[in-house]
Amino acid sequence: MNPPLLHVNNLEVVYHHTVQVLKGLSLSVPEGAIVALLGSNGAGKTTTLKAISGLLPLEDGEIVDGQIAFRGASIAGNLPHRIAQDGLFQVMEGRRIFEHLTVEENLEAATYARKGGVDLGEALRKVFAYFPRLRERRKQLGGYLSGGEQQMLAIGRALVAGPSLLLLDEPSLGLSPLLVQEIFRIIEAINRDEKVSILLVEQNARMALGIASHAYIMENGKVVLDGPAARLREDRDVQEFYLGSRGGAQASYRNVKHYRRRKRWLS
Amino acid sequence: MSEGLVHLLQLLVSGVVTGGIYALVAMGFVVVYKATRVINFATGEFMMLGAFFAWTAMSAVQAPFVVALLVAVAASALLGMATERLVLRPLLGQRTISVIMVTIGLAAIFKGLAQIAWSGDYRSYPAIFPRAPIELGPILLPSRQFYPFLIAVGAIALVGLGFRFTRTGVAMRATADDQMAAFGMGIDIRRIFSLSWSLAAMTAAVAGIVVGIIGGISPQLGAIGLRTFPVVILGGLDSIGGALVGGVIIGVLENLAGGYVDPLLDGASLKEVVPFVVLVFTLMVRPYGLFGTREVERL
Ligand SMILES: Nc1ncnc2c1ncn2[C@@H]1O[C@H](COP(=O)(O)OP(=O)(O)OP(=O)(O)O)[C@@H](O)[C@H]1O
Ligand SMILES: [Mg+2]
Repeated sequence: MNPPLLHVNNLEVVYHHTVQVLKGLSLSVPEGAIVALLGSNGAGKTTTLKAISGLLPLEDGEIVDGQIAFRGASIAGNLPHRIAQDGLFQVMEGRRIFEHLTVEENLEAATYARKGGVDLGEALRKVFAYFPRLRERRKQLGGYLSGGEQQMLAIGRALVAGPSLLLLDEPSLGLSPLLVQEIFRIIEAINRDEKVSILLVEQNARMALGIASHAYIMENGKVVLDGPAARLREDRDVQEFYLGSRGGAQASYRNVKHYRRRKRWLS
Repeated sequence: MSEGLVHLLQLLVSGVVTGGIYALVAMGFVVVYKATRVINFATGEFMMLGAFFAWTAMSAVQAPFVVALLVAVAASALLGMATERLVLRPLLGQRTISVIMVTIGLAAIFKGLAQIAWSGDYRSYPAIFPRAPIELGPILLPSRQFYPFLIAVGAIALVGLGFRFTRTGVAMRATADDQMAAFGMGIDIRRIFSLSWSLAAMTAAVAGIVVGIIGGISPQLGAIGLRTFPVVILGGLDSIGGALVGGVIIGVLENLAGGYVDPLLDGASLKEVVPFVVLVFTLMVRPYGLFGTREVERL
């Protein structure tokens, strides 16, 4: 079997030399796959992605142990712009649109992730084919876009960057249900048509397990459960804790609320 | 046209000329602040050195003015880059106050070095431009102000357009907006820092030469850098457009005060303090300036 495109082994991360957040996390993303990384708030999902993309030191975080291999080569400690240029691109939590740049300029900024340079016109056409809304807004400042449009732009930048591995941090955050469907459809399309492998961090476990082939569930800085997405969808614990339903395929809002209430009583 | 109106127009035009020069100096502050959040108190000394570089090229090897200007700009670019690399980069992540103190220290060092290299004497450039004053309708503008003003406007336009329309300009503005996101986007933000310092030193050199043409050159020339600080605060520390507008507003106010109030003051000068009155007023009512980003307020 080929080695996986990304392999993270026993990763330990500490912030400010004091707070240990990752405690021996391991995961792999095979070439061509969509892998989901799930877990509750504060589990360390974003920290994991930042460790991989090299952004950790900018927040005074440090990898104190473990390995990160991308295409078989260690990238731990590399500078973020190099990692991006090597074809590993992160769409950060909260979209991080350049507010004072136009939509087009936001996309142009992502051409810096292309080592060999890129035909901007062609890259823009591709982005606008996926997101026609952005074409209409191309001259508008990023700061004035709606949340949904900003998420489109954030993914659009990834399309311009053309990575072989894409890290997505909560792409569905704050979007309407309809838009969530749309974004997930596009994530699948990018994976299939652009041949981009994806590591997807999500709160929306149902949607994520719907498009992923494999999933990891983390708690407290470690992976506590992993397996084929189809199997996790059927797992009783996963259903109870992450899909907000018990046995049935349909999770109603009522059930979720019931679960929350129960949890509050228990705690 | 009445004499009073001509006098007013004359003051307004001189105000715009002064303002253009302020704007150019202010741009040096803004370029560095945008990229690195450092307020460079040595901006005036970068101007002074640039002015001396050009003077040396002209007087020592009789270089034509345009060549001397280019030599000074190139030398300043290197100086700016070296300053960033050797002095500022090691301080990355240090407290704002330490970094500010360092730029003040740099200013003193540059001034001392200039004293040693060129002595404290006043110098002036050899005659560069045609002597005939420029007639703008009813008013006359000395050629010594008119041509330097054109140079300042040209430099502002060049930097402004570069920022707006080039790929590097996009990278610089992206870095100003969100350093971490820019870094993750493949932009080498260290290169942007270095570029910003060298660009700021280049604009400062042009500004220094312009000021030198108008008023002569000495190691004290850098004092005008501090005088430009109110312009930067008024316009907004991180706004290039703000530098322009702030420069013109303060230039005009200053000249109006000089023309109408100072003659009544018997030796005292309102003109000299106007910029600082504006500074205090701005900080009280709108700390982030006319066009600055609000979060600048936190400083
Ligand atoms: N810059 C930082 N400095 C100190 N602690 C941090 C920092 N960033 C994150 N943490 C801590 O690390 C833990 C994990 O945070 P992280 O953002 O990785 O979680 P997450 O799984 O992405 O959560 P969420 O679902 O809420 O986004 C949290 O306890 C958080 O407080
Ligand atoms: Mg997170």
